[in-house]
Amino acid sequence: MNAPNKSGWKPEMTAADDGMHSGPQTVTGNRALMLEEPLIFELAGTDTTGVDLPEIEGGPNRLGGMERTAPIGLPGLSEPETVRHYTRLSRQNYAIDLGLFPLGSCTMKHNPRLNEKIARMPGFADVHPLQPVSTVRGALEVINELAFWLIDLTGMHGVAMSPKAGAHGELCGILCIRAALEARGDPREVILVPESAHGTNPATAAFAGYRVENIPANADGRVDLEALKARLGPDVAAVMITNPNTCGLFERDMKAISDAVHAAGGFVYCDGANFNAIVGKIRPGDLGVDAMHINLHKTFSTPHGGGGPGSGPVVLSEALSPYGPLPFTARTADGVVHLVEEENAAEFDHTQAFGRMTAFHGQMGMFTRALAYILSHGADGLRQVAEDAVLNANYILRSVEDLLEAPFGKSGPCMHEALFSDAGFSEGLSTLDLAKSLVDEGYHPMTMYFPLVVHGAMLVEPTETESKAGLDQFIAALRSVAERARAGDVSMKQAPYYAPRRRLDETLAARKPVLAWSDPDSA
Amino acid sequence: MRYLPLTDADRGAMLARIGASSIDDLFVDVPQEARLSGPIEGLPLHASEMAVEQHMRRLSKKNLAAADAPFFLGAGAYRHHVPATVDHIIQRGEFLTAYTPYQPEIAQGTLQMLFEFQSQVARLYGCAVANASMYDGSTACWEAVAMAGRVTRRKRVVLSGALHPHYAEVVRTMAKFTDDEIADALPSLQGTPDNAGLIARIDEETSCVVVQYPDILGRIPDLAAIVEAAHAKGALLIAVNTEPVALGAIKAPGELGADIVVGEGQAIGVGLQFGGPYLGLFAVRDPKHVRQMPGRLCGETVDAEGKRGFVLTLSTREQHIRREKATSNICTNSGLCALAFSVHMTLLGEEGLRRLASWNHALACKAADRLARVPGVRVLNDSFFNEFTLVIDGDAREIVRKLADDGVLAGVSLGRLYPAEEALKGGLLVAVTETTPEEDIETLASALEGALS
Repeated sequence: MNAPNKSGWKPEMTAADDGMHSGPQTVTGNRALMLEEPLIFELAGTDTTGVDLPEIEGGPNRLGGMERTAPIGLPGLSEPETVRHYTRLSRQNYAIDLGLFPLGSCTMKHNPRLNEKIARMPGFADVHPLQPVSTVRGALEVINELAFWLIDLTGMHGVAMSPKAGAHGELCGILCIRAALEARGDPREVILVPESAHGTNPATAAFAGYRVENIPANADGRVDLEALKARLGPDVAAVMITNPNTCGLFERDMKAISDAVHAAGGFVYCDGANFNAIVGKIRPGDLGVDAMHINLHKTFSTPHGGGGPGSGPVVLSEALSPYGPLPFTARTADGVVHLVEEENAAEFDHTQAFGRMTAFHGQMGMFTRALAYILSHGADGLRQVAEDAVLNANYILRSVEDLLEAPFGKSGPCMHEALFSDAGFSEGLSTLDLAKSLVDEGYHPMTMYFPLVVHGAMLVEPTETESKAGLDQFIAALRSVAERARAGDVSMKQAPYYAPRRRLDETLAARKPVLAWSDPDSA
Repeated sequence: MRYLPLTDADRGAMLARIGASSIDDLFVDVPQEARLSGPIEGLPLHASEMAVEQHMRRLSKKNLAAADAPFFLGAGAYRHHVPATVDHIIQRGEFLTAYTPYQPEIAQGTLQMLFEFQSQVARLYGCAVANASMYDGSTACWEAVAMAGRVTRRKRVVLSGALHPHYAEVVRTMAKFTDDEIADALPSLQGTPDNAGLIARIDEETSCVVVQYPDILGRIPDLAAIVEAAHAKGALLIAVNTEPVALGAIKAPGELGADIVVGEGQAIGVGLQFGGPYLGLFAVRDPKHVRQMPGRLCGETVDAEGKRGFVLTLSTREQHIRREKATSNICTNSGLCALAFSVHMTLLGEEGLRRLASWNHALACKAADRLARVPGVRVLNDSFFNEFTLVIDGDAREIVRKLADDGVLAGVSLGRLYPAEEALKGGLLVAVTETTPEEDIETLASALEGALS
C-alpha cells in the first residue's frame, strides 16, 4: 500500500539523508523549528508584569491584620514574552488539529470552531451563575434544550446536567441508584463490573460504598450472560456495563442483561464513553439502561483541552429520575424554563434529590458548544456520525488485521474502535515500542494496554472526522510499524527519534518526585 | 454535513474493502428491534453554520451580560479583566485539541505548562505541592475532606459556618455515601468570624476542620488560631479560598499552617461562564501527604538523552491503575482552565498580582464606605478583601430582583444562598473588582436608596 504523501517526500529518502539527525549540534539546543523553552521561573523575575495596573498608595487597609508580608515568588513576563513562551510550548504538543488522534475510548474528533465562537458570546461567557433568574433565561434555555436532545437521543426519562466530567457523571448515576435502593429500604452491597471496564467504574463504585466484583467475559469479548445471571441476587445493587464495550464490540445481550438485573431488583448503569458509535442509531433506553453518563467532550466534540474540562451529564430512567441531584432546569407548560434548586424543589415535585454534585449548574461552556454541535448535525447528521465512525474503524480493522492480531476480529464487525494485541510481535518488542514508532511517523498512538483483558492491547478509534485519504496514510504507517515489530526491528526500542523528547524516565519521576519548581540558587 | 469528510464514493470503496454490502452489515450485532430505521422523529435535521449561530445568538441575547450592567456579584465566582492574550493562547489548536498527556514525548507543551501551573499554585497557596487541577472549588473541597479522612483515619468533619453553602452541600452530599459525620453550622451575622465557636466543635474524633478564607461573608478569619486548635486535637486544617486574587494581599493559607489548601481558580483567567467550566485548585503544605492526594500530578524527569522533560507521575494513586483502591475516581482535570490561569498569572507576575489585589481592596473600601451611607444599610464586616456583606432592613433577595429589573446586578443575597434562614434574609454580598467603575458604585448606592425608601 502506498502512503498518499504528496509533500515531495519519497520513501527512499532515509533519515540520514534528511540532515535532521546527522547535522551538527546547535549552540541553542534548538533544531530549526523545534525550539527548546525554559520554565517561566527561569525566564523571569517577580518584578516584571505584562499587565498595566495602577500602583495604589498604601494606606490603612481592612484586611483584619492578615496582610501578606512574605514574597510569593511568582514570575511575571511582558506580553510579547508571554505569547512567545506559550506559543513555543504549544509546538511541542500533538493535537487533533495536527492529525489523526486514534486514542480508543477517547473519541478525539474534530472540534468545530463555530462552537468556540458561540461559547464566547458575552451572553454565555460573561454571565454569573447566581444572577437573578430573570436575567439568565437564555442560559437556562440552553441547558434545557441540550437536556431534551440528550433525553431524546438516549430514549431516557430525565437527565442530571451538573456533573463536571465522565467520572463525576458515573458517580452521580451510582449515587442515584444508591438513593433509590435506600428509599425502598433495600440497601445492597455489591456492584458488578466487567474486567474490561474503564478504571473509573470500580473506583466510582468503591467510592459510593459498594464492594466491586468482576463479571467474566466470554470467548468473543462480551459479558458472559449466564455467569452474570448466576451471580445476580439480593445483594447486587447494580451492574456497570460499557456498551459498546472497550473491546470495541456491541453487547448483543444488553436487553437480556437488563431484564435479568431488573428481575433481581438491581439497576443497570451504562458507561456512555462509547456513545459515539451508536448516537442517533440506537437508544440505550430501549435496552433497559437505568443511568448512563454522556461525555460531552467525546461524542459531542467539546475540546479535550490537554485533559479537561470535561462534562458528564447523566441520563436517567423513570425509576431513578426522582433522585437526580440539584440544581436542574425544568420547562413549565407556559414555555418558561426554571432553575430548580433546594428552595423550589418541592414545587417541581423533586424532594428526593440525593443532594448536590457541584457548586453551580454544571459546565455551561461545554453545554453551549455541545448544543451547537448537535444543532449543526441534527438527527440525520448524528446518525451519520455513528455510521462513519463505525465504518472508519472497520476499515482500519480489515486493512491491518493480516499484520496486527485482532483478538475479536473473527467474531464480527467492530463498532467505532478496533482492538489489536501484540501477538505476532517478535520477541522483545512490545506495544509500547510500536506506539513510540508511530510517534515518529507523525501520529499520536492509540490507547495502549487497555482494555486489560487483551495482552499488549492497542485500541484504535479513528472517529468520523477523518477522510479516507487520511485513513489510508495512517494505515500505511500502522502497517509499516507492525511489519517492523513482527520482523524484530530492535531500533523500535529507542523510538521515538524525532519527537521533541526521546523516551522519558517515568521511574525516576515517581521515585524522586519533583512536582514544583524550586530555585537552585536557594537550595 | 460540513464536519464529515467521507463522500459516498469513499463509503462504497471502504465497505468493499471491509467486505460488507451496506453500513447495516456493520451493526449486525445490534438486535434488529433496537435499531432505529431512520433519524429520530421529532428532532430537527442538520443546520448551516449561519443558522446555528443565529439560533444561539438569540438565546445569548436573553441573558444580561455582566459587562452590560452595574455588576456586584461574587459569592464564589468573580469577574476580573482577562487579558486578550489568555484567550488567544487557549485557542491555539495544539493546546485546545490535545488530549491528556499520556504520550509525554509529544505532549511536552501541556506537561511543562502543568508543571509551571502546579508551581504557581503551590507558591500562591504557600504549599509544597499542588496538583494539576480538579473540576472546581466545591469538588476540590470534598476531595480534601476525603483525603483528610485517609490521612487521619477519622470520620468526623467540622465545617465552618461561613463555608460557601454550596461547598458545604457538596460535602454533605458526598458524606452521606461515605458515612462521614458532618458537623456544620450556619454563618452568624457578626463583623468577625466566630473562631471560638468553631474551635469548640473540634474534638479527638475530628479528621479535619474546613475554613473558608476569606469566608462566605467576605470576612478574613485568623487561620493561625484555628490551625493551632485543630492540630492540638490531631485534626487537619483545610483552608478553602474562592478568590485567588485576595492572596496577592493577604497571607497564604499554607504560611499560616493550613495542611490542605483548596479553592476555586476561576477568578484568574477563566471568566464567569455561568458557573463552569471552572478550575479546582488543590495543594498540600507537607510533601509527605503527596501520595494521599487525588488527581493528576505532573513531575520533572529526564529523557534518554538526558534532556529535562515532564511526565504525569505517581499515577499508582489513580483509578486507571488502582481501580477500586484509587484515592479518587477522578479522571480528567480542568486542563484548559489551568492553562488560562497560568497564562494570566504569568502576565500578572507577583508585581501585577499585588497591584491587582491592592486596587480591588481599595475600590471595595470605597464602595463599603459609600454604601454604608445609604439609610437602612450597614456594612457587617470588620475585615474584608473585595467582597463584604451589607445588612439591609428588609428582604435583600427582593431588592436584588427589583434592582435587576432596573438593570442593576446588585450582588448575591444571603436569601438566595440560604433560602430557609429567616435570620439571614437581610444579608447582601457585594463584590467589587477592578472591573467595577466608580460611577457604578454610585449607581448601586442610589438604586439601593431608592429601593429602601
